[in-house]
Amino acid sequence: MKLTGAQMLWECLVREGVSTVFGYPGGAILPAYDAMLEYPIRHVLSRHEQGAAHMADGYARASGKVGVAVATSGPGATNLTTGIATAMLDSSPTVFITGQVPSALLGTDAFQEVDVTGITLPITKHNALVTDVRQLARTLREAFLIARSGRPGPVLVDVCKDVQQATADFEWPETVELPGLHEPRAPRTADLARAAELLSRAERPLILAGHGVVKSGAAELLRVLAEKTDTPVALTLLGLGAFPASHPLCLGMMGMHGHAPANHAIQRADLLLAFGMRFDDRVTGNLKTYAAAAKKVHVEIDPSEVAKNVPVDVAIVADLRAALAGLLPVTAQQQHPGWRTEIEGWRQETQARDILQQPDAGRLLAPHVIHDLWRATGGEAVVVTDVGQHQMWEAQYYRHERPRTLITSGGLGTMGFALPAAIGAKLARPEAEVWVVAGDGGFQMTQCELATVQQEKLPLKIAVINNGYLGMVRQWQELFYQKRYAATPLLSPDFAILAGAYDIAGTRVSKREQVAGALAEARRVQGPALIEFQVEAEEKVYPMVPAGADLHAMIRRPTEAAVEVRA
Amino acid sequence: MRHTLVARVQDQPGVLNRVASLFRRRAFNIESLTVGGSESPDFSRMTIVVDTARVPARIVEESLRKLIPVAEVSDVTHLPTVERDLALIRVRCAAGQRSELNELAQIFRGRIVDVATDSVVVEVTGDLEKVDGLLDLLRPRGILEMVRTGKVAMLRGVATADADADREATAKQGA
Repeated sequence: MKLTGAQMLWECLVREGVSTVFGYPGGAILPAYDAMLEYPIRHVLSRHEQGAAHMADGYARASGKVGVAVATSGPGATNLTTGIATAMLDSSPTVFITGQVPSALLGTDAFQEVDVTGITLPITKHNALVTDVRQLARTLREAFLIARSGRPGPVLVDVCKDVQQATADFEWPETVELPGLHEPRAPRTADLARAAELLSRAERPLILAGHGVVKSGAAELLRVLAEKTDTPVALTLLGLGAFPASHPLCLGMMGMHGHAPANHAIQRADLLLAFGMRFDDRVTGNLKTYAAAAKKVHVEIDPSEVAKNVPVDVAIVADLRAALAGLLPVTAQQQHPGWRTEIEGWRQETQARDILQQPDAGRLLAPHVIHDLWRATGGEAVVVTDVGQHQMWEAQYYRHERPRTLITSGGLGTMGFALPAAIGAKLARPEAEVWVVAGDGGFQMTQCELATVQQEKLPLKIAVINNGYLGMVRQWQELFYQKRYAATPLLSPDFAILAGAYDIAGTRVSKREQVAGALAEARRVQGPALIEFQVEAEEKVYPMVPAGADLHAMIRRPTEAAVEVRA
Repeated sequence: MRHTLVARVQDQPGVLNRVASLFRRRAFNIESLTVGGSESPDFSRMTIVVDTARVPARIVEESLRKLIPVAEVSDVTHLPTVERDLALIRVRCAAGQRSELNELAQIFRGRIVDVATDSVVVEVTGDLEKVDGLLDLLRPRGILEMVRTGKVAMLRGVATADADADREATAKQGA
């Protein structure tokens, strides 16, 4: 079958199971866009290529399938890079396709030429420049294979314009062999036995569950193991949803803004079972004092992550689901009543400090909004958050019960992620109720995608948490820079009117008693809806482990805050 | 300490760039890196000597293995290997000193490959220590210019190890 390169591109995508792509056309990718009309592909036009990249990422995270974004050469490609790096740091299976100047012009600084494979080398799992149409199908086949396999990640394929225009026999390889692509190893029986033995002897075991649980589809096995061995579970930010928040063994999020009982438990544990997480600095705090009393078992698909930050006693390099399936039969039923009681003590102490328990004197606090959103949606919505204070409050107060119900930029911490990623998530799971939770800062970075929401007729629900500051930076300035608020006060538009400009239902809430009603109304309307919540300006996220401090040295919410308000 | 990694990599454009980029990004410290042909036209072989004071060799090895064009990596540091480094050394040398210098070079199985009025170029091949040994002796005479390839390494076969080791031992005694 003779096809042009442009036709091959879509033929390959369709054969990989792609039905939706996100992108933005331009000169060097025009042949591909022209050919697209002949293929069963839904193309979502973003308003900026960064948005297209986050959409592909959100699509991948919501569905587990490969997300695809397309852009033109030069500025089109460079605009993708923030989204590519975001996908890289959170191991999101994505394929990025960029047009490139004709191969004869490569290296001449031609119009809209930039070295895209060079630029994206450190932020992709792999990338390739295609200068020969006969290499195109194989390269794309490899790209999807690489993006999906092992620890997933972004792959970029840069396709010269003349390659798109050239014609050749289309040969789609059923299988491709990549000598450097190493499939996950099977867990070794001896390692599983050692892990089981450590667990059988532990008095204070704790499971640390990360993104890997979600990605490998191991949430159910995790629950069974935790229940069988009576082992509490703490979650990373990207692991939220991997274990039901309502489960009695769930300790919530760990780390810098983690739930205090989770952090206390890590520091007190005598055994950590780290499942699909990588001991990121935001999770560990000071490595020297981190979980000093605990033996560590690390189950991780990426061998380069094992013992990178934290030395481990047992390393199981394998797909998590295979590892847990192997571990379950060799573990014994256990009870840890003493350990559970100790944890319960921390829980009660933390509960008393909780902001929701404190008199609010009519103030609207972001945690109120998140709490009410959780109640309104029964914890069943897919929530896509931006980056900053609201992100941490969402992680603390929206109680996720299932995997893939929280989509957030963890590793790179990319502001502007939420709205476009939510567009991707909604397209991946149209049946799901999808909420954007963003701050006034991050939302303004990509708010142009409101037009995409409307053009694609997506019934997204959007909560903008407006405190008039770049809140998390302001919090650091308050705590560590003597309240010198350099460049953090932030002017914003009236977001409800802004929504109206896109014909999106918009409203503004500034009182606690209005929250539930506004949420109910937003959920009731057929199309998209936006609520701006004007919340307390100088509220802080607690607890907080200052960067590099000991994990147990949390700054806690002062209990006198309640007194202040009363007075 | 220094670790020696040998990698078999696909012979594609940009492979060296990927390896170099990885080392730069992860702040792995390269002591030397050589790359060249292998027994297969589709693959090249790299010998990388890395300073592992800050990052364990295993992390370097596993990070390299993650690169798609890298088919195999082995850490041969503690395995029996044949190692070679080639150096070209331009040494200050008056006409009357040439034969003396020639003798010195021969002890290290080196030879003079270029002669000018006031200098010669010595070529020497051997393991790092041997080349370093000759350099130490030449330094007082005035090294005008020097270039080294960096180490290439290959695992020894089981049965052939002895002959070469004996020769090495002889050369070291000579030094």
